[in-house]
Amino acid sequence: MSMLEINDINVYYGAIHAIKGVSLNVNEGEIVTLIGANGAGKSTTLRTISGLLKPKTGTIKFLDKDIAGMPANKIVREGISQVPEGRKIFAEMTVMENLELGAFIREDKDGIAQDLKMVFGRFPRLEERKLQMAGTLSGGEQQMLAMGRALMSRPKLLLLDEPSMGLAPLLIKEIFNIIVDINQTGTTVLLVEQNANMALSIANRAYVLETGRITISGDAKKLAASEDIRKAYLGG
Amino acid sequence: MDFVHQLIQQLINGVSLGSIYALIALGYTMIYGIIKLINFAHGDIYMVGAYLGFFGVTAAGLPILPALLISMFVTGLLGMVVEKLAYKPLRHAPRISILITAIGVSFFLEYTGMYFVTPTPRTFPDVIGNISFNAGGFIINGQQVLIFAITIILMALLTYIVQKTKLGKAMRAASFDTETAQLMGIDADRVISMTFFIGSSLAAAAGVLVGVYYNTIDPLMGIMPGLKAFVAAVLGGIGILPGAVVGGIILGVIEALVAGFLSSTFRDAAAFAILILVLLIKPTGLFGKNTHEKV
Ligand SMILES: Nc1ncnc2c1ncn2[C@@H]1O[C@H](COP(=O)(O)OP(=O)(O)OP(=O)(O)O)[C@@H](O)[C@H]1O
Ligand SMILES: [Mg+2]
Repeated sequence: MSMLEINDINVYYGAIHAIKGVSLNVNEGEIVTLIGANGAGKSTTLRTISGLLKPKTGTIKFLDKDIAGMPANKIVREGISQVPEGRKIFAEMTVMENLELGAFIREDKDGIAQDLKMVFGRFPRLEERKLQMAGTLSGGEQQMLAMGRALMSRPKLLLLDEPSMGLAPLLIKEIFNIIVDINQTGTTVLLVEQNANMALSIANRAYVLETGRITISGDAKKLAASEDIRKAYLGG
Repeated sequence: MDFVHQLIQQLINGVSLGSIYALIALGYTMIYGIIKLINFAHGDIYMVGAYLGFFGVTAAGLPILPALLISMFVTGLLGMVVEKLAYKPLRHAPRISILITAIGVSFFLEYTGMYFVTPTPRTFPDVIGNISFNAGGFIINGQQVLIFAITIILMALLTYIVQKTKLGKAMRAASFDTETAQLMGIDADRVISMTFFIGSSLAAAAGVLVGVYYNTIDPLMGIMPGLKAFVAAVLGGIGILPGAVVGGIILGVIEALVAGFLSSTFRDAAAFAILILVLLIKPTGLFGKNTHEKV
């Protein structure tokens, strides 16, 4: 069943036409990855899904509801949560407060407590540092916090914008394992990455974005094996 | 001994005056923190608060505390209306447009106020009586006790709201990063509106307390304290709540010392000399950090 259906959206920054007629869909239970070079429009696409940007034309349907143009704070309530590029944790608040903000839309105290346990189970280092200012965490810990914070809203669809950015290879592996695990426990994932190798290795399907247009799409394993993709994105 | 005695007496006076600056500066700094606007109309909001308190006590015949609370509430609503009508439509306009609008709102409040209440200063009724306390030779009068008590209560309440409540956490998150706050499901418009409510009601409390302390109010009374509270907020580090409190108290104390030991003519000059010094030496203020993001 299709969870997210983006149909022919166009997004502008003033006069700059950043997304040119992009269509893509994510089915329930999948990991779909959106890969592409710097400036291709990956973040713009995620920010449009989250409601931080409005498409000029085109539709975005989430669980059969048109969400294009809905304000960002309402879209989270529909069940879409984003881990933004660069983590964007609230550096001057504690780790705990960051996680509480992740659950801002919820009132079910017991459920929140449960999810907090789940997040601490996945990221034990966050529990050890829960009273620490988030700004004092290392880059990898900040990434974990950003992911934990997004999970605290108990999303149906998790949008991840370059979770591997700036992390050591070992940590990237750890993060990707966690993404697979999050997916297996029932959360659908749309993953934006420049690290195409890693992304294709865990995704079901992939889209390649080039200067605002989808140029290639298909099964992730097949794309990973394809000669063109290897040359353009996987370093040979 | 005489010098020390006078010094301490001036400190008491300075802290009273400083508490009032601090209450006004808190609103400045909260509003700056969330929409990066120097709200030049904030001093006039304080003036409206003073008048509402005045009419509460005189026309409505209320005791001072209910008059204070009503003034805070109504002035808070006024702050929300000002934000909604004057600033919100300019949220994405260049910074200078909204700054000029704030100056316009300031004149609007001053001269509409003047139309309704006349430019003649009013005498605030004596609501405390002539009580004063003699603590080891130092005089603290009833008005000062009222100022200390109200200021401490309001600051404690504000600290609780900002640190512990959901609204407070939303305010801090939105001040730090409005966009990411929205990704958490925080309605930034509502948080901004509530920030104006709280900031304006604190200014109203300051206005009523000044009426009680100096006995006189007029439609232009907000100009000078508004500017000085701005200095206090910059001194403490604009956008930082404890900074506004410390900045306000320091400013009040310096003014009292200058007035007491040099001449009251230099009071205002001292306040603005501080602004210039801060801007030269540490533009981010006493509590200011130079960066807050880790790369
Ligand atoms: N705020 C903005 N104002 C104007 N142009 C922008 C803005 N943000 C992005 N762009 C432009 O839109 C295009 C797409 O940017 P986007 O950030 O979506 O790329 P990306 O694929 O996420 O790149 P990266 O891998 O570097 O994060 C780029 O050409 C960029 O310069
Ligand atoms: Mg990007």
